[in-house]
Amino acid sequence: MTSMSNRMINILVPVISVILGLLVGAIVMVVSGYDPVKGYIALWNGIFGDSYAIGETIRQITPYILAGLAVAFAFRTGLFNIGVEGQLIVGWFAAVYVGAAFDLPKVIHLPLAILAGAAAGALWAFLPGLLKAKMKIHEVIVTIMMNYVALYVVNALIKTWSGGGDKTERIKETASLRSDFLASITDYSRLHYGIILALLMVVLMWFLLEKTTTGFELKAVGFNENASEYAGMKIGKNIILAMVISGAFAGLAGAMEGLGTFGNMYTRGGFTGIGFDGIAVALLGANTPLGVIFGAVLFGSLKYGALNMPNAAQIPEEIVQIVIALVIFFVACGYAIRLLLSKISKKKEAK
Amino acid sequence: MSFLEILYFMAPVSIAYAAPLIFTALGGVFSERSGVVNIALEGLMVMGAFIGILFNLFFYDTFGSWTPWVALIAAMIVSAVFSLLHAVASITFRADQVVSGVAINMLGLAVALFLTKMIFDKGQTDFIKKAIPNFNIPVLQDIPVIGPMLFKGVYGSSILAIVAAFVAWYVIFKTPFGLRLRSVGEHPMAADTMGIHVNRIRYIAVVISGALAGIGGAIYSQTMTRDFGHATINGQGFMALAAMIFGKWHPIGAMGAAIFFGFAQALAVVGPSIPIIKEIPTGYLHALPYILTILALAGFIGKATGPKASGKPYIKGSR
Repeated sequence: MTSMSNRMINILVPVISVILGLLVGAIVMVVSGYDPVKGYIALWNGIFGDSYAIGETIRQITPYILAGLAVAFAFRTGLFNIGVEGQLIVGWFAAVYVGAAFDLPKVIHLPLAILAGAAAGALWAFLPGLLKAKMKIHEVIVTIMMNYVALYVVNALIKTWSGGGDKTERIKETASLRSDFLASITDYSRLHYGIILALLMVVLMWFLLEKTTTGFELKAVGFNENASEYAGMKIGKNIILAMVISGAFAGLAGAMEGLGTFGNMYTRGGFTGIGFDGIAVALLGANTPLGVIFGAVLFGSLKYGALNMPNAAQIPEEIVQIVIALVIFFVACGYAIRLLLSKISKKKEAK
Repeated sequence: MSFLEILYFMAPVSIAYAAPLIFTALGGVFSERSGVVNIALEGLMVMGAFIGILFNLFFYDTFGSWTPWVALIAAMIVSAVFSLLHAVASITFRADQVVSGVAINMLGLAVALFLTKMIFDKGQTDFIKKAIPNFNIPVLQDIPVIGPMLFKGVYGSSILAIVAAFVAWYVIFKTPFGLRLRSVGEHPMAADTMGIHVNRIRYIAVVISGALAGIGGAIYSQTMTRDFGHATINGQGFMALAAMIFGKWHPIGAMGAAIFFGFAQALAVVGPSIPIIKEIPTGYLHALPYILTILALAGFIGKATGPKASGKPYIKGSR
């Protein structure tokens, strides 16, 4: 593998996975009797067609960045947080509740509502962390269950709060992330200030993991529990802390939906999907902060652009979800892609 | 309502909800006993549920009253083939098995919904004409207390599920194949040394799990929802996974756990007509099975450990 550096391969694997995903997606369209060229043009226009579409695409990318950070942060500390979806839902609800129930000046109200979202997400992740740390119960199972508990409990809370209705009150203007400026430059899309917060969180995650002792400890515990314990680190405390930070990122993603995009919350029949797509974002970004931005830009764009496909090309928008799932599948099969790449580079050497 | 009446009311519903979980959890037992973590059960179940409904809708005219049963077979085959993706990724390509499972789950739902929209031009399928029938078992239904609880209004699929659990137990613990399956999951290198084809056994196990999860999904959609949409399965596969862990990777244990989760789900459905429980808003009742699962894991499962080599791809020659 001398002619192709490891770094190069690490970048090539996700790129190839995306290409393969789009390719198989095209084959699926052909087999189903749709025109893939028309489909992908509709997708492209759905993302970049006009300034409104671009604004909405960036809005969609915002929670994807935060959900991706949540999954990536947990992965880096040796944990698999499938509970991002549930943490996002409780974060969304908590942020909307604080946003609607209090009357405060904006400088206090908005940060408070955002923090409420983060805190709710953190709390929802605390329990799986605790069970993992104290009783060695695998976090995957517990976080999956917590997703459903979040979905049904929040639905029930919305019903109770609204007196039997299916949506909450709207948040006060003082808790809103909406921006007249951003809306006006994007033809009145729902683009809001959340994207700035999301990018700040990317920097925060990088700083936390790479520049602080806490981050070093969290990574060390994820990498090798026994060695870390021998070095005097507290395993349980670090597992819980990692889950709580991951959950806080997820809660923030929910707060973005509540305080920015929608301004309220409604009962849901199923999940938002953002939390699960966060897994795809993190994997594609190799669990690095910068990579998460790329992953979120890609999947957020695909997800929003897909909405244009039924109208413009008569193709069900689920085709994009198929592509996203395929991309995760191919990233997971990275071993095969690496093997292929090293064979190709060896052949070149022989020449 | 007396206690006995509540039992008469609850027991059949519990068992009906348990049947799909039993099949799917058994699938999980096969896969994980061979050393392949199968979080993909949810997606395999979704595929089974979809195919079951689709087949039922299209072939009712051909098979008449046998349609739901033939649909189970169709769902079994399609899910078994679909599970090959998980097998290839996690066995041959050494993928992270949990990640591959997540991909299969997303893919299963996306493909099923894509096809639903393509074929029916809306978010859910039509309703099926012929669901899996339930019937009273002669003689046994006349036994006092137990009769009305267990033998009245029984779905044929529930009987099938319980039989399947015992068959699975026999296969895993009493046959040479079962011994190989378990050895491959505990110590693949030792098994390899004894001439067992580790990866072949694992492929077979994953495909069996796909087949069983497919049956489970098709039973659920053909008894409970009777159509297919985005929320049809909604976590049943994950609950089956929890039942497998709760049952300590043992077929009979998994069946017991599945019946327990079936009871928890029945509580959410018939709860509003039972005194005391009806005071709890139904929204919270829907969360109950999942809360019970967490409590069960926290309470009993702390000590249970899965097959030793679970989650690790077998690489010849590495220690």
